[in-house]
Amino acid sequence: MNIPQALRYAPTHEWVRQEADGTLTVGITDFAQDNLGELVFIELPEAGRQVAAAEGCAVVESVKAASDVYAPVAGEVIAGNAAAAASPRRVNQDPYGAWLFKLKPAAVADLGNLMDAGAYAKIVASV
Amino acid sequence: MLETPLISEYRAIAARLIPFAGWSLPLHFGSQIDEHHAVRRDAGLFDISHMLAIDVQGPDARDFLRHILANDIARLTRPGHALYSCLLNPQGGILDDLIAYWIEADHYRLVVNAATAASDVAWLHQNCPANALIQERRDLAMLAVQGPHARNKCWSALPGLREVGAPLAPFHAARAGDIYVSRTGYTGEDGFELMLPAGQAVDAWKRLRAAGVRPCGLGARDTLRLEAGLNLYGQDMDETVSPPECGLAWTVSAGSERDFIGKSALLARAPVSILLGIVLDDRAGVMRAHQKVETRQGTGVVTSGTFSPTLQTSIALARLPLATRPGDAVQILVRDKRVAARVVKPPFVRNGRILI
Repeated sequence: MNIPQALRYAPTHEWVRQEADGTLTVGITDFAQDNLGELVFIELPEAGRQVAAAEGCAVVESVKAASDVYAPVAGEVIAGNAAAAASPRRVNQDPYGAWLFKLKPAAVADLGNLMDAGAYAKIVASV
Repeated sequence: MLETPLISEYRAIAARLIPFAGWSLPLHFGSQIDEHHAVRRDAGLFDISHMLAIDVQGPDARDFLRHILANDIARLTRPGHALYSCLLNPQGGILDDLIAYWIEADHYRLVVNAATAASDVAWLHQNCPANALIQERRDLAMLAVQGPHARNKCWSALPGLREVGAPLAPFHAARAGDIYVSRTGYTGEDGFELMLPAGQAVDAWKRLRAAGVRPCGLGARDTLRLEAGLNLYGQDMDETVSPPECGLAWTVSAGSERDFIGKSALLARAPVSILLGIVLDDRAGVMRAHQKVETRQGTGVVTSGTFSPTLQTSIALARLPLATRPGDAVQILVRDKRVAARVVKPPFVRNGRILI
């Protein structure tokens, strides 16, 4: 299972990348896409929406099941990835490239609650 | 967990295995959507050995089956004919659905669902007359080869099959050496189901794969059968509903003098709902079982819902108020949203063509 060292992770299987401007890019992990199976539908949040940490923010649906994608921290949605929504299978093929949404976090300190790759790998191994 | 004779093959190619009705079976072999398209466009291979073949033999076999099945095996005019039937309880509720084959003389075979196999066998024993013998055929494996190119690939893979298989009409079967081959399936495509000694399953599987038949898992099997408008027992029908409430009135032969279990209840019981298809107007989500359907006549419920790889939108079967008709506009509660959809008459897809 691919778990890039450079990213942070939420226990609900989202990955988070902190950009140079302080915004966060969010997607689902390789483990998450593999368990869901082939994605066929993605619902993205509207830009401008305020979300709380762990609030359902996007939905990914595979042939098998629907699954919420949670905001890893509190903040404001600044963009959704329309290319991923138009072609959900891109998330299966490239889970760390096909991001789902971008957030402007309410507080920088929130990131401390997220896991590094090593801690997330332990969660995946225990599932 | 029970395993079919092909478990070693699944492990060798790291298939995604899931528990299904007590069996460890492949969900897919990499991509269930590609497997689905392979069956619509070319040929796919399913291991259906989890289903149970039950032989019923003896002088009373025919009368026994005429009594226990809602469809009438007297409709079978010669050995090798098969028919689809429900097994009913005395209240007219559906215990299972099955295919009954007339093999020869006093020898019939029922093929039943895995999840209901044990209760079906118990039910058969409970109702069995003195001169009929019930035998579970776990010594047999079953493979389904389905798709527009299934027949040619079967002929090249399995010597001797062409002579026997090529003339078969739908719902007909015949013996080709050790293989009992029937022109049946659960995908809406042409193809065959093969019953063969369990010890020969791996060899047949390898030969069919070498002939270009693509292995398919339960995932593709479900999307294919739903597109084909075929019910799944336990989901679209169960003991609480009768065949006319599941689009299966055509499988009940109640017009003759024949009495069968559930007949009097069925004749006395007016249907209270209708099972029809639903297709989403827009790509706004995926319908799932148990979601509520709002119609002008009242509310209904999705019994099976999925994403249709052929239609590229979500389709479903739903139990709806009796007055609902194809063409009606309805709304589905998909997660927290109301989504516009319309009622259609299944099937959605047959023989590679969209029918709605």
